[in-house]
Amino acid sequence: MPAFPKKWLAVLLVLAVAIPLLQPVLPDVVSNYRLFLVSTMIIAAIAVLGLNLLTGFNGQISLGHGAFYAVGAYTAAILMDQVEVPYWATVPAAAVVCFIVGYLFGLPALKLEGHYLALATFALALAVPQILKYKWLEDLTGGVQGIVLLKPEAPFGLPLSEDQWLYYFCLVVMVILYWAAANMLNSRSGRAMMAIRDQPMAASTMGIDLALYKTVTFGISAAYTGIAGALSASAISFVAPDSFTIFLSIKFLIGLVVGGVGSLAGSVVGGIFYVLVDNSAQSLALFVKDDLGLPFDLSAYTVFGVLLVALMYLMPMGIVGGVYLAVRKLRSHG
Amino acid sequence: MEQFLQQLASGLANGAIYAALALALVMIYVSTDHINFAQGEMAMFSTYISWQLMSWGADYWVAFIAAVAFSFVMGVTIERVILRPLHNAPVLSIIVVFIGLLAIFNSVAGAIWSYLIKSFPSPFPKSDFGIAGVIGAHQLGVVTVTLVVLGLLFVFFRFTPLGLAMRAAAQNPQMARLVGVRVDWMLALGWGLAASVGAVAGIMVAHIVYLDPNMMGGILLYAFASALVGGISNPGGAVAGGFIVGVLENMVAYAGNQIEKATGVYIIGNGEKLTVALIIVIVVLTVKPAGLFGRVVVKRV
Repeated sequence: MPAFPKKWLAVLLVLAVAIPLLQPVLPDVVSNYRLFLVSTMIIAAIAVLGLNLLTGFNGQISLGHGAFYAVGAYTAAILMDQVEVPYWATVPAAAVVCFIVGYLFGLPALKLEGHYLALATFALALAVPQILKYKWLEDLTGGVQGIVLLKPEAPFGLPLSEDQWLYYFCLVVMVILYWAAANMLNSRSGRAMMAIRDQPMAASTMGIDLALYKTVTFGISAAYTGIAGALSASAISFVAPDSFTIFLSIKFLIGLVVGGVGSLAGSVVGGIFYVLVDNSAQSLALFVKDDLGLPFDLSAYTVFGVLLVALMYLMPMGIVGGVYLAVRKLRSHG
Repeated sequence: MEQFLQQLASGLANGAIYAALALALVMIYVSTDHINFAQGEMAMFSTYISWQLMSWGADYWVAFIAAVAFSFVMGVTIERVILRPLHNAPVLSIIVVFIGLLAIFNSVAGAIWSYLIKSFPSPFPKSDFGIAGVIGAHQLGVVTVTLVVLGLLFVFFRFTPLGLAMRAAAQNPQMARLVGVRVDWMLALGWGLAASVGAVAGIMVAHIVYLDPNMMGGILLYAFASALVGGISNPGGAVAGGFIVGVLENMVAYAGNQIEKATGVYIIGNGEKLTVALIIVIVVLTVKPAGLFGRVVVKRV
């Protein structure tokens, strides 16, 4: 995969920090709603990043990452609701809890490969809403009603709106996680992860502890997605069991496939992409219904589904990979 | 005691449905090594087709047969158009395509027929049979229809030349091709048959769980559990697994109910059905991946 040029990365970061500060000057362009939308994109990017660490870089297929997202979100919500932990402290807490849950799920997953692992994680994703409604957990989880939370406010009396602050908070978390993932993948451990993906037998012959690496990767991946879940609990200030259905996991899969399996930058693109489609689905549905006059309530999932199938034919490396290949082709010709 | 028998009967009726859907999964798995995650949504879509025909005034059984025939064509088309070009693709691509199909069927059904829950008629009379109304007529009907379909499939695979050719194509594609079996078409036919069997399961279960685009999620999970319990490479095993899992599901809920009555402590009930299925899936996969009747796969290194 191509390394993103450092110069551009710096420019992007400066823009990402500077643009929200323009809110007083351009209140219509940099509206609170848009900042909130970008925050949800960042959260989605983190979740997809987690899935990509597992599926893209370690070759373990998961259709159930919505479960870890749910664990992260509920860990954060319960801590804020019951123990009144500050929102920023729920992020590391969710990471630890999800790491443990992911590691434990990784143990039986060791015996499974390909289709079977997909099946087990698919089953997990289907069962999650029911598990969250379990009667004994009701005191903690609030059952079907879920938990209503407060939106985090800017600390130290900073003159920032809630949405501005949320955006910066998410941005900082993502930059740290991205940096950590990039460094990890560039290290001995990262190469071991990818070796296991490409040639498990050769990897184990060279002395890589397959079981250890696979379970720890499962844990780290779950922790990333769990952090995204914790951030989403703060951002939406609400959690309920029925927002963690199988379709949440399908969205992460969309992010993974669109961005490119095994590409860190692609994860960010993928996360941004699925939030965008999800958000424009309503106007798209109106367009189909009113302008085209079809008696058809198009939903985002039709678009997602068609894209999932089509991308497997057209750009198996995802959009980022596809663009990279196209650019390379153009350069070698020109 | 009566309650126990009732639970047993309803477990067998559910089991018949799981058995049919599990058989559909196994038919595709045996010939292509793929697990069809969209099987449940395909069955749901077929059920909507039969509902639509009935709302246009068709008779139940006419709509039933038409929907099953539609599913056959749909299954063949999906195999030929979407999966054929991906036969040598990596596992992840195949799974992604199945999940894509799942999303498409679910959202298209919602788009055409809306997400509102619809009631679905039963062709069987309302009266109760057996000892003191233990078995409902619909339950008995479901078991009968499923057994008839399974019997027909057995006869087809066992005694017809086409069935033999399909088994040959699944077991040893290269040799089958050498003796003149058109393996590609056999796979497509297998897909068509699987979709039809799934449609039967969908139409039978719709009266119990009501019709909505998400109705098959839990049932698919139970079908997975059934196929795994019976051994995912063994059609007969899948059917047995379906009945085992169906009864087990109801017995677990029944036992939970009894415990709550006796001790007042709630442990498990109807609300934990999917969790039970999840546990079955994970335990079978990790402890005995070949299931009860499956063939143990030995990997050559």
